[in-house]
Amino acid sequence: MSVLIYANHDAGKFSKSVLELASYAFALANQTGGQVTALVTGNPAGSELDKLGKYGVAKILLTPEPGGRAFDNRAYAAFMASAAQASGASCVLFSDGSISRAVAPRVAVRLQAGYVAGVIGLPDSIEPFKIRRSVFTGKAYGFVEITSPVKVMILARNSWQIAENPVTCTVENFVPEIAVPAAGFEVVKVEEQTGAIRLQDAEVVVSGGRGLKSGDNWKILEELAGSLGAAMACSRPVADEGWRPHQEHVGQTGKVIAPNLYFACGISGAIQHIGGISSSRVIVAINKDPEAPIFQFARYGIVGDLFQVLPVLTQAIKKLKSE
Amino acid sequence: MKILVCMSVVPDTTTQIRFKPDMNSMETTGIQWIINPWDELALTRALEIREQPDSVVTQVSVVHIGLKDADPVIQKALAVGADSAYRVNVAAAGAMEVACQLSEVVKKEHFDLVITGHDSADYNGSAVGEMLAELLDWTSFSSISSFSAARDSITIEREMDSRTETIIAHPPCVLTIQKGIAKDPRIPSLRGIMGARSKPLLQLEPIPCTGTSAYVKFENPAPRSKCRMIDPANPEELVELLRNEANVL
Repeated sequence: MSVLIYANHDAGKFSKSVLELASYAFALANQTGGQVTALVTGNPAGSELDKLGKYGVAKILLTPEPGGRAFDNRAYAAFMASAAQASGASCVLFSDGSISRAVAPRVAVRLQAGYVAGVIGLPDSIEPFKIRRSVFTGKAYGFVEITSPVKVMILARNSWQIAENPVTCTVENFVPEIAVPAAGFEVVKVEEQTGAIRLQDAEVVVSGGRGLKSGDNWKILEELAGSLGAAMACSRPVADEGWRPHQEHVGQTGKVIAPNLYFACGISGAIQHIGGISSSRVIVAINKDPEAPIFQFARYGIVGDLFQVLPVLTQAIKKLKSE
Repeated sequence: MKILVCMSVVPDTTTQIRFKPDMNSMETTGIQWIINPWDELALTRALEIREQPDSVVTQVSVVHIGLKDADPVIQKALAVGADSAYRVNVAAAGAMEVACQLSEVVKKEHFDLVITGHDSADYNGSAVGEMLAELLDWTSFSSISSFSAARDSITIEREMDSRTETIIAHPPCVLTIQKGIAKDPRIPSLRGIMGARSKPLLQLEPIPCTGTSAYVKFENPAPRSKCRMIDPANPEELVELLRNEANVL
């Protein structure tokens, strides 16, 4: 089947999740005898576009930024649906993130397509189309059957290995002949998050819970995160107490993340918290309570006092990194 | 301004999810059903705004797409302050069908603003709000962490992956909210619970909507291997294992 992906970029750079998406799309197209087209908005450098070819994209549709400067999901959806029709795609894929969550469901309506988010692998069967996804915030898997000719799917983060599949990649300018509704809203202020590593993209995450006892004790965690180049996270009680900003809350009602390595420090591991981290490749738990449920989910555990263990651990990591 | 809050009814977030022996559907016996936590926050914020002095919000209603067994959970929304509730009497198989049924309620009852939670705690679709907006041909905003209303405009904060935007928009529109919009959900008072009984909970019959996807089977995740415990006096061992055994450092 022909596959269309939305290759979004951050100031002209494709993120790891887009390369994962391209690799996944190539595998899907290859399995079913089709090719991968990517819609790219704006004007990334040619060398960045070449990257997509390296990961299996045979054709790039290059289009001006839909809807002007502010992100307008309606305009993006109109462009993406139009690109799907132009390229004859029967599968439209997005990587997970705030843009795709705002655009993909609209594309599904426009194309009268079945919609699945949280896809973690290739379809189990093509006819009928059945695919596995994680449900109940990672507590189980569900198999979804899609009956429509076109499918719109969002690939879960960190669920597909990047693989090089170099193909000849052509670039075409694409201007859809559609009326894009006027935005009808105004962005009056923008606050860029700079410096800090974005939690959803982080390979390593250091997370703290009630065991830290106070918002003032976060320094030992920040030092551990610093030694690892990790993003910071926290459990729900910590965000509710205002010890850390709610953007850092991971769990069923916060962010759902899938890093390679997750440090749960002073987090007991309530099932709601596990829901947000269960797709992590390796979980390390440090807790003074040997009965804490987090140890059932962790690969490595230390029962001990955080305030003694963490500084020593940080030193050991610094030493390793300096070798 | 008339606000409609869409609510799904989900298993309590502490639930250990189990499936029937044929693995085709969830085992629902013994499950405590609650309002999807994000929808509950959306309702909380809508009620806060309506209760402000000189508020432009004249009505806050809730809607649920589902069968009669959800009524006790819908009653809770009325008990914490919603003015009225609608339930479209159909067991919808997917987000598309839910959005299709919702669009009919919004059009018929002339709502100006629709609010949904960003992710339902069961199948984690987080698609209904955007699908609804597309069906209605309305503007929509996702990942909303703050929201206030003025005479003919609303001010919202939208959290994109690497920035937060403050936006002024004009109803009609659909908002999909995330955590941060309200702090704590409300607990119904006895007076609220009594009062809820006299508030309208209207059962509507479904319109024809075609679904495009359905869950056909479930699977439990593979059990995790046992946790390897490390001597707290020797965190260096952990570093060594993370590098050489797990290959993540």
